[in-house]
Amino acid sequence: MRQAFFLLCAVFATELHPVQAQPAIRVEPPDPAYTGTLQSQTADAVIRNYLHAWDSLRAAFAQNRTTSLDQDFVGTAKEKLAATIRQQAALGFGTEYHDRAHNIKIVFASPEGLSVELEDDVDYEVQLLGSNKPTSKLNRKARYFVVLTPTETRWRVRVFQAEHD
Amino acid sequence: MKLTQPFAPAFFLLVLASLAAQQPDRGFPSAIEAGSAFSIELHGSGQANLYIFGPNQVLQRTIQLGGATYFPAGSLYNAGHYSFLVDAGSQSQSGEFDVVPVSEPSELSFLAKPSRLPVNLRGGITGAIYVFDRYRNLIIVPEAARFELSSQTGNKQTRSVPTHDGAVWIAMDSTAQQGVDKFLAQVGGISSLRIIRQVPGEPCGIKMKARASGARVQLITDPVRDCNGNLVPDGTIVTFTETSGGTESTADVPLKQGFAQIEMPSRAGATISVASGTVLGNQIRWEQ
Repeated sequence: MRQAFFLLCAVFATELHPVQAQPAIRVEPPDPAYTGTLQSQTADAVIRNYLHAWDSLRAAFAQNRTTSLDQDFVGTAKEKLAATIRQQAALGFGTEYHDRAHNIKIVFASPEGLSVELEDDVDYEVQLLGSNKPTSKLNRKARYFVVLTPTETRWRVRVFQAEHD
Repeated sequence: MKLTQPFAPAFFLLVLASLAAQQPDRGFPSAIEAGSAFSIELHGSGQANLYIFGPNQVLQRTIQLGGATYFPAGSLYNAGHYSFLVDAGSQSQSGEFDVVPVSEPSELSFLAKPSRLPVNLRGGITGAIYVFDRYRNLIIVPEAARFELSSQTGNKQTRSVPTHDGAVWIAMDSTAQQGVDKFLAQVGGISSLRIIRQVPGEPCGIKMKARASGARVQLITDPVRDCNGNLVPDGTIVTFTETSGGTESTADVPLKQGFAQIEMPSRAGATISVASGTVLGNQIRWEQ
C-alpha cells in the first residue's frame, strides 16, 4: 500500500514536472593560440559547470527565484540575471528557457588560470509565462559569450552575453 | 491554377498582406547599441502589450500599433539577444534583435601575475584583460590593447595585441634589475596599472673566508649576489658545514645585509663548506 502511494506520488510529480529532453552537446577543440596549455580536465570541468548553469538559469527564470542562480553564477552575470528576474516578477510574468543544443568552443584561457572564456552556439526555446494568454514557444539561435572564473569548488559564470547567431 | 481577371488584384493583395504578416520585425531595429534611444513601429492598429525579454533584461510597454513608439536612452543597456512579443488580443507578433555593447571601452578587468618574481625570468610576467563598456558589457569586436612594463631605471617593454572575443593575454620578461615595476594595460583611453615587485634571483656563487677567533673559527661570506649583481635578499639561508674525523656539524644562517657569518669549533684538519639552496660555494681546509 505504502509502495503504491509512493509510485502514485512519483507519477504525479512527473506529470507536474515533465522531464525535459537533454540538450545535444557538441564541443569543439580549443585553439591553443588563445588557450595556451589549458588542461583537458580543466576544460571538462568548465564545460560541465557551464552546462549546469543553464539548468540553474532555467529554474530561476521559470520560477522567478534568484537564489537558484547562487551556485553557478557570480559577479556581473549574477547581478544582471537576478535583476532581470526581479523585473519580470514585478511585471507579473516569467520566462521559460529550454536549451536544445549547444556547440561549445573554449576561445580564451588566461595563463594564470583565473578565467576561461567560451563561445556557445545555442539552439533554445523561450516562452513567456503568466501573461494574459498562453504564448507559443519561440525558437531561437544565439551565440553566447561566457566567461567563467574558479571559486572554491567549481567554475562559475561571471559574464553571460549573447548575440544573434 | 489560372486566376481569372477579377480575382487577380485581390490575390496579389492577399499575397502582400501575407508577406507583411510574416515580417513582423519590420519597424524593429535588428541591433541597438546598449543604452541608446530607439524607436519601433509595428503594423496593425489599436493598443497592444509589448514584451521585450532576454536573460539580461526585460521590458513591458503598452504601445500603439501603426505608430512609432519611442524608447528613451537607457531603456535597454545590457547586451544580449532579445525576443519581443506583441500581444494585441487575437493577434500577436514576435521577433528578435540584439542589444550590442557600446563600442567605446570604459573598463578593463586586468589580471597580472605574479605580484613578486625573480629578476631576468623569461615570460615570467603574464597579464590578461577583458574589455567592458560602461554597462559592464563585454566588447566582443577586436580592440587594440597595449601593454607596457616599465622599471625604476626607465627600461620599458611594450607589446600591442588585438583583443579576441573581448579578451587578450600577454607574457613579458622580468628585467635584470630588482625593484618595483609598473605593468600597464591600455585599451582606447582606458588604462589599468599593476605593481610587480622584482626580487633578486638565486645566488650566483658563494665565497667565504675563515679566520681564527680563540678556540673557534670565524666564517664570513662575501656579499651574496645573484647572477645579475643584485644582492640576494636578507633572510635567505646559507648553510655552513664542518666535517672532521667522521663527524659533521652544520649551521643554517640567514643573510643579513648581504652577508652570512658564524663561529664554529676550531678543529685542525676540518673541511668547511658553504652552500645556499642548490648553489655550492668554496671549501676551506682548516689547519690551525
